[in-house]
Amino acid sequence: MTATENRRHQARGEELMVPQAEFRSYYGLPVIKEPVWGVRDVAGYLFFGGLAGASSALAASAELSGRHELARVAKTAAAGAIGLSALALVHDLGRPARFHHMLRVFKPTSPMSVGSWLLTAYGPAAGVAAASAVTGLLPGVGRAATVAAAVTGPGVAAYTAALLADTAVPAWHDAHPELPYLFVSSAATAAGGLGLMLARTEQAAPARNLAMAGAAAEITVRSRMFQRLGPGAEPYQSGRAGRLLDAAEMLTVGGLTAAAIGGRNRVLAAVAGAALVASSALTRFGVFYAGRASARDPKYTITPQKDRIRAASPPRAQDLPAGRHGAGLSPLPPPRDRAQDHPGPQPENDQIDDHLPGDHQPGHVGGRGDVTEPDGGEHGDGEVQRVGVVHRLAEVAGRDAGQHEIRAGEQQQEQRDRDA
Amino acid sequence: MSTHVGAAFASGPADAAGGLDPAARSGYADHPPRMGFFTDTSVCIGCKACEVACKEWNAVPEDGLELTGMSYDNTGSLSASTWRHVAFVEQISRPGEARWLMSSDVCKHCTEAGCLDVCPTGALMRTEFGTVVVQDDVCNGCGYCVSACPFGVIGRRETDGGAHKCTLCYDRIGDGLTPACAKACPTESIQFGPLDELRERAQARLDDLHEAGVDDARLYLNDPADGVGGAGAFFLLLDEPEVYGLPPDPVVTTRDLPRMWRHVAAAAGALAAAALLSGLGRRP
Repeated sequence: MTATENRRHQARGEELMVPQAEFRSYYGLPVIKEPVWGVRDVAGYLFFGGLAGASSALAASAELSGRHELARVAKTAAAGAIGLSALALVHDLGRPARFHHMLRVFKPTSPMSVGSWLLTAYGPAAGVAAASAVTGLLPGVGRAATVAAAVTGPGVAAYTAALLADTAVPAWHDAHPELPYLFVSSAATAAGGLGLMLARTEQAAPARNLAMAGAAAEITVRSRMFQRLGPGAEPYQSGRAGRLLDAAEMLTVGGLTAAAIGGRNRVLAAVAGAALVASSALTRFGVFYAGRASARDPKYTITPQKDRIRAASPPRAQDLPAGRHGAGLSPLPPPRDRAQDHPGPQPENDQIDDHLPGDHQPGHVGGRGDVTEPDGGEHGDGEVQRVGVVHRLAEVAGRDAGQHEIRAGEQQQEQRDRDA
Repeated sequence: MSTHVGAAFASGPADAAGGLDPAARSGYADHPPRMGFFTDTSVCIGCKACEVACKEWNAVPEDGLELTGMSYDNTGSLSASTWRHVAFVEQISRPGEARWLMSSDVCKHCTEAGCLDVCPTGALMRTEFGTVVVQDDVCNGCGYCVSACPFGVIGRRETDGGAHKCTLCYDRIGDGLTPACAKACPTESIQFGPLDELRERAQARLDDLHEAGVDDARLYLNDPADGVGGAGAFFLLLDEPEVYGLPPDPVVTTRDLPRMWRHVAAAAGALAAAALLSGLGRRP
């Protein structure tokens, strides 16, 4: 919708569903494709991968400070979570049997490629560390694996932010300055929360510290992210994503409070830990759904790009909203004769040029032959007559073309929301 | 990543031949000229011969026979099984004034291609003609390219799980033939040729249209200084790109990737530090 139309719209006192919806679109259809990644597989992986990576770092810290029970809990959690992650990632592929093609190349331009190599290093290390801790076998190898997992784990927890941000999905891409910090905070919250749940109170201090630091950081980063995104934060604050992230925030705040005041009480600590683990999962699913919603609605793709164009250059005549829609009425000039310009000889085209005038004879099939005529002499008027009825209907309904486009978009959006 | 932080962008718009040479940057020392499409929508009649010819030649499977009910466009959008898509825009501006815009959309074969950058298997590759194609025997259907394309071109096919899109008829142009869609186009709305020639031709056509008072005419994705480094398939449009379902100012997502990696590294470091510090304090 153009600015002029918008003003007219408001002058009639109509309430706009989307305020300042200054954009036009193709029947409200999305510009970009919605991610094909499955929610359970990929949002689930964001959570489990983060839980695993941060747990490995926590395990090393616990072991260094002599808290072997907490270290064992964290290592086991890390190995389990990364195992589930691997299954989810392979399951999400369109051709799961070719999962090993991920390791054909190493491409720093592809966060998925970097992530595949990170997981290849991290996964076995986390597995060996857990196996050694549980069985007590090969303590030296176990210690080396613990260190290796602790070094690569934070990378596993953080790179998934680049995985989402390095897309054309507006909510994900535009959040790229904060998403890595949100994801590691969420990972710390989950790993700390799980330690708080499962380890004895005497051993749980590092888990409590990490969980509280993660939760506090998550709350801060999230609010800064929404603030900076401004209107671009809408996908995170509305619909299913908004509900999930609201619930996540409540659990984060609740879990943080419970851990702070009653962390040394076994029951309260377990409740606080569970709340924090759940909040981390909800955050990941919320971020995932926000991206999907922002890809589905062309508004989120088009509006920021139009704003960027407006900010970069003063409006030229052709960009003005009240553009000459009547241009189609005046005959378009014929393309210059390109016969000689062609890369190769194309005799068919010459034939077309030669026989076209004949198509104007009355009684030629449907009289439609003129439509193929490049000079477009009269057929412009013909088209106007054909859409005349549509126009009168639109006039009766009191809508102009721009509003019609927007409304079609809104209706389709509502339909999709209902379907979802 | 070095391909995206080039001085080429700081120097402003390059001339038609001065844009980045994607084939050379991909390692083709001696290669044919960059080939592309110029789609002049001002002469498109919406016959959809391009859609049909593309499906026929490339043996692209059927992908639904529903009627959309919104216009004569029953194709909807580009996808894994639709490599040419004719858009129909009906505009009614004032009493007695209306027009149809028709435009055949296709993969843009970007100079800086997001799909190609993010592909983790190397299935997506740059050809010697500067075009971008999927190697079906390598693709494992991860779907990353689908989310990385700023135009919503490439898709993952339900039936075989792989990603598919326009190849600019790699098999045909390798034999000196015209791609199926351009060959079938009855009005030469779709023109195929060396990209620098197409850019000159497009500029001449634009000048003609402006001279004739068609002020709305504009070229789209022809500028090597734009957000995708200029496209191998560019367009002459008669209205703003978004009206045709095209993004008005697309920027390849990987331009921000160096910054993203720095944030990722900082965040990972912060997590490691927080975990290490969490074990300090009173020992049990």
